[in-house]
Amino acid sequence: MRALISSVYLFLYAPIALVVLFSFNAGRSASEFTGFSTAWYGKALGNSFLVSALQNSLMIAFTSAVLAAVFGTMAALGMERLGPRTRALFDALLAAAIVVPGVVIGIATLVALVALFSFVNPALAILWPGERPPQLGLGYGSIIAAHGLFSMALVTMIVKARIAGLGRDIVEASSDLYATPLTTFRLIVLPQILPSILAGFLLAFTFSFDDFIIAFFVAGSKTTLPIYVFASIRRGVTPEINAIATMVLAASLALILSARLLMREKKSKSGE
Amino acid sequence: MRAMNRKRNLATAALVAPAAAWLAVFLVLPFIAMLVFAFGERAPEGGYQPAFTFAQFANLPTRATAFWNTLMLAPAGALLCLLVAYPTAYYLAVKANPRYRLILVSLVVVPFWTSLLVRTYAWMYILGSRGIPNLLSMIGIEDVRLLNTPGAVLLGIVYGYLPLMIMPIYVSLERLDRRLLEASADLGAKPVSTFFGVTLPLSLPGVMTGVALVTILLLGEYLIPQLLGGGKVFFIGNALVDLFLQSRNWPFGSAIAVTLVAVVVVVLMLAMRIAWKIAGTRQVDLV
Repeated sequence: MRALISSVYLFLYAPIALVVLFSFNAGRSASEFTGFSTAWYGKALGNSFLVSALQNSLMIAFTSAVLAAVFGTMAALGMERLGPRTRALFDALLAAAIVVPGVVIGIATLVALVALFSFVNPALAILWPGERPPQLGLGYGSIIAAHGLFSMALVTMIVKARIAGLGRDIVEASSDLYATPLTTFRLIVLPQILPSILAGFLLAFTFSFDDFIIAFFVAGSKTTLPIYVFASIRRGVTPEINAIATMVLAASLALILSARLLMREKKSKSGE
Repeated sequence: MRAMNRKRNLATAALVAPAAAWLAVFLVLPFIAMLVFAFGERAPEGGYQPAFTFAQFANLPTRATAFWNTLMLAPAGALLCLLVAYPTAYYLAVKANPRYRLILVSLVVVPFWTSLLVRTYAWMYILGSRGIPNLLSMIGIEDVRLLNTPGAVLLGIVYGYLPLMIMPIYVSLERLDRRLLEASADLGAKPVSTFFGVTLPLSLPGVMTGVALVTILLLGEYLIPQLLGGGKVFFIGNALVDLFLQSRNWPFGSAIAVTLVAVVVVVLMLAMRIAWKIAGTRQVDLV
C-alpha cells in the first residue's frame, strides 16, 4: 500500500519537477543536464511578447476575479431570500456555468458577440456624431466576461456554502439589539464570510490565469500567457518554455496555497 | 410592515441583479445564439449566414471519429483515473497518519489548480523524442514512439484529472462512520468482506461524483489530445477548434457544440439517476 501511494505522489510530482529542473539546464537537452544556468529565465523575461502576454493575463485575471468576487458574494447573500422557483433557476444556471465545457463556453460567447457586433457596429457608424465611430470587437472585455462567468459561479457556490454554515442566532441577536441590517452585515456577517470570499477570489484569479481554451476563442487579436505558451509549444519544445512554465507554476502554487490557507482558517474557526 | 417588505425585496433584487444579468448576457444569450447558428448555413467567405436547415446536424456523421474517440477515451480515462484514485483516497482517509493527512491531501489537490497546459507540456517533454525515447536509444532500443498515440493521451488524462477523482472519493471515505467497520469486524467479517460489504458500498456516492465530474470535463477536453495526440488522436474539442478557427464553418461547429452539450446533459442525468439510487450523495469540497 505504502509503495503504491509513494508512486502516486511520484507520478504527480516527478513530471513537474523535471520541467523545473531542465529550466535551469545550461544546454538545450531534455534528458541530459549539462550544467546549472538561469540563462533561459533571462531569455524569457527579455522577450517582449512574453512580457506583454503576462501583463494581459494578470490584468484579465485580476479584473475578472474582482468582478466575480463582488457580484458572486452579492448573489450568494441575495439568493437565500429569493422565492424557491427563482432560486432553483438561479442554482441551475450557476451549475451550468460550471459544468458546461470551456470549449463550448468559448464558442457560444464568440458566436453571440460576433452576432451582436454585426448589429451594433453599423448602428454606431450611423449614429456616431464624430468622424471615427468606435468599433466594438473581441478583446480584453470578452475574455473578462467569459472568465467572469465561471468565476462568479464558483465564488457564489463557495460563499453560499459558508453562509449556510453560519449561525442564524447571531444575526437575529444583532437585529434584536436594534442593529440596522447594514450594521449587522458589516459587523457580523462580513467578517465571517470574508475568508471564503478571498478564497473564491484567489481561485477565480487562478482559473483565469491558467485558462487557455476559453481565451483561445474570444481573445480576438489579444494574447494571454497560456495562448503564448501554447503557440510556442507548437513551434517546438525549448528550455525557454520550461522557464516560463516554472514561473507559471510558481504563481499558481502561491495562489492556490493562499486560498487553501484561507479555507482552512474558515474551517478551524467554525470548529469543524 | 409592507413598506419594509418592499424595501427588503428591492434589496434582494439589487443583490442578485448583477449576477443575473451576467448569467443572462454571457450564458443564456450565447446558448441561444449558438442554437440559432446551428440551424444556419456557412457564408461563402466563412462564418454564418441566416437559414433554417437541419443540414448541419445531418452532417454530424462526417465527424464520427471525433465523437467516437471522445466517447471511448473519456470514460476509459475516467475509469483508469478511478483505478489509481480509489486506493490513494482509501489510504488518505483510512490508513494515513492523521498528523500528516492534511498535508498529504493538500499535495493531491494542489496540482489540479496549477496550469493544465504546463502539466500536459511536462508529458510532451518526457514522452517526446528528447525524453524517454532518447534515454532508450542510449541503451540500444531505437525508434520508440510514445508521443501522439492513444496511450499518451490516456496517460495525460490520468495525470491531469487524478486529483479531481481522488477528492470526492476521499471525502466519502473520510466521513464514513468507523463504528460500522468495527461492527462488521466484531461480527466476524474478514477485512476483505468488510471492505466489499461495508466500505465500498458506502463510498459509492464519492466514486459516482468523481467518475461523473471527470467524464464530463473530459468530454470537452482539447489540450491533452492536441498536445499528446498530435492531431492523430483527436476529441470533439479539437474538431470544434478546427471548425471555428481554421475552416471557419461556424454553423457546423455550432451544431457539434450543441450535440456536445446534449451529451454532457445525458451523462449528467445518468449520473444523477444512479446517485439517487445509491442515495445520500454528499457535498464535495473541491478546494
